[in-house]
Amino acid sequence: MATATFRIWRGDPNGGKFHEYVAEAAPGMVVLDAVHAIQASQANDLAVRWNCKAGKCGSCSAEINGMPRLMCMTRLTQLTLDKPITIEPMHTFPVIKDLVTDVSRNFRAKIQIKPFKPRKPDAPDGTWRMAQPDVDRVQEFRKCIECFLCQDVCHVLREHHLHDKFWGPRLYVYSAALEMHPLDVEDRSGELRGAGGIGYCNITKCCTKVCPESIKITDNAIIPLKERVVDHFYDPLSRLFRAFGAK
Amino acid sequence: MSNFPAVQARAFGRTMRRDLWWVQPLAVFLGLGAFVVYATWAAFQGAYYHFGPYLSPFYSPELLGSWHPWIGGKPLWWPAWLIFSPAFFVLWGPGGFRLSCYYYRGAYYKAFWADPPSCAVGEPRKLYLGERSFPLIVQNIHRYFFYIALFFIGDLAYDAWNGFHFDGHWGMGVGSLVLLVNVVLLSLYTFGCHSFRHLSGGVLDRISGRPVRKRVYDCVSCLNGHHMRWAWISLFWVAFSDFYIRMCAMGIWHDWRFF
Repeated sequence: MATATFRIWRGDPNGGKFHEYVAEAAPGMVVLDAVHAIQASQANDLAVRWNCKAGKCGSCSAEINGMPRLMCMTRLTQLTLDKPITIEPMHTFPVIKDLVTDVSRNFRAKIQIKPFKPRKPDAPDGTWRMAQPDVDRVQEFRKCIECFLCQDVCHVLREHHLHDKFWGPRLYVYSAALEMHPLDVEDRSGELRGAGGIGYCNITKCCTKVCPESIKITDNAIIPLKERVVDHFYDPLSRLFRAFGAK
Repeated sequence: MSNFPAVQARAFGRTMRRDLWWVQPLAVFLGLGAFVVYATWAAFQGAYYHFGPYLSPFYSPELLGSWHPWIGGKPLWWPAWLIFSPAFFVLWGPGGFRLSCYYYRGAYYKAFWADPPSCAVGEPRKLYLGERSFPLIVQNIHRYFFYIALFFIGDLAYDAWNGFHFDGHWGMGVGSLVLLVNVVLLSLYTFGCHSFRHLSGGVLDRISGRPVRKRVYDCVSCLNGHHMRWAWISLFWVAFSDFYIRMCAMGIWHDWRFF
């Protein structure tokens, strides 16, 4: 059976380095399989977070050969095996141990976003009516598995560490799901521009590129939210129309 | 938990990526750079911008000029030391539209400013202001450049129409088709604009009750999905349109007539 060399970053908050392991590379294996094999036979204390191994829990996010990816969804056949395969933890988040990072910052930022606020019920029994075309747009955002690969690759967080001023792609997707919901009546444009720092996004589309759910984060979430911010803060004509009650 | 990053930030251009990540930003740099150089050179010529019924898109509309100007000739107040060209009064419009375009922004921030050079690749500088402060906050006026671009689409459609009229008679030359294709490609790019997508229906949370707007929004969304493609094809073709007319006007190329 063929083998492959894996260079796995191992360390803790004080630092770390790459360690090399050789493991079997059988047909059909994904990177997470190889990491588990190494953990079972060569490095019992190797820390790796995982759950479903089906690309739906978003736990096994890492950087494989320099690109943020889910370990469970990256087949070894997608990689070149004649060179060592590098596996690192996500750069954007503080490391806990080895491949496990602390992503709690995302959840702390999430609670800053105004929650869902539905309009008054449409029917006397307290229920609402929604048309499918109106729901379709936000359905895309509900596919997000919160793997935070988009947060990891975003250079505003990764390179410039603006964690306190910039929510990041995942939280813009969450905001878009609320903001564009056909029942929601809350206005989040102020916080998107302020605490959310959406103006820091310079539309590199890296978040879209790494999304394992193929959500068009930039085109369908971030840019439409940027345009809503323009409506409210930068476009005098839009403000004029809104003053006369048009939306 | 410590805020210590997992792995130390990498220096400019350093990455663990194995793919040819530098190819795309380099291609954008060369493509956009070549266009800017050619468009600037063509704009400063001030000559060979019309041939027969054809008018170069770099010079249309000819507000001030010597062929069929809308307003008049070279203004008397124009400084003698400054080169005069009708293109100076035109190119700021479509140029501003492309410069503030959401697609081009992402592309040239990478290719010309390395911010970032590519996804997950080390950057050259630590200071980052984004589009939140001056000067890039100005990009928020993109929708106004879209309104201006609409005017240019109408103007170039008129030029394409004129391109089929030779001395008061219907006719068709290669140049007629070049200008027709030009306005079609520019329309496919312009009407796929992200700002137009927002204005046409994206601003609404409930669009189902407005069938006309929904139809428009769906069409714009469809074009928007290929915005990058139309941006590049139309960019190439508008430069080629100028080049074709310039070559014909200089007598280097012959405009082959179908009828």
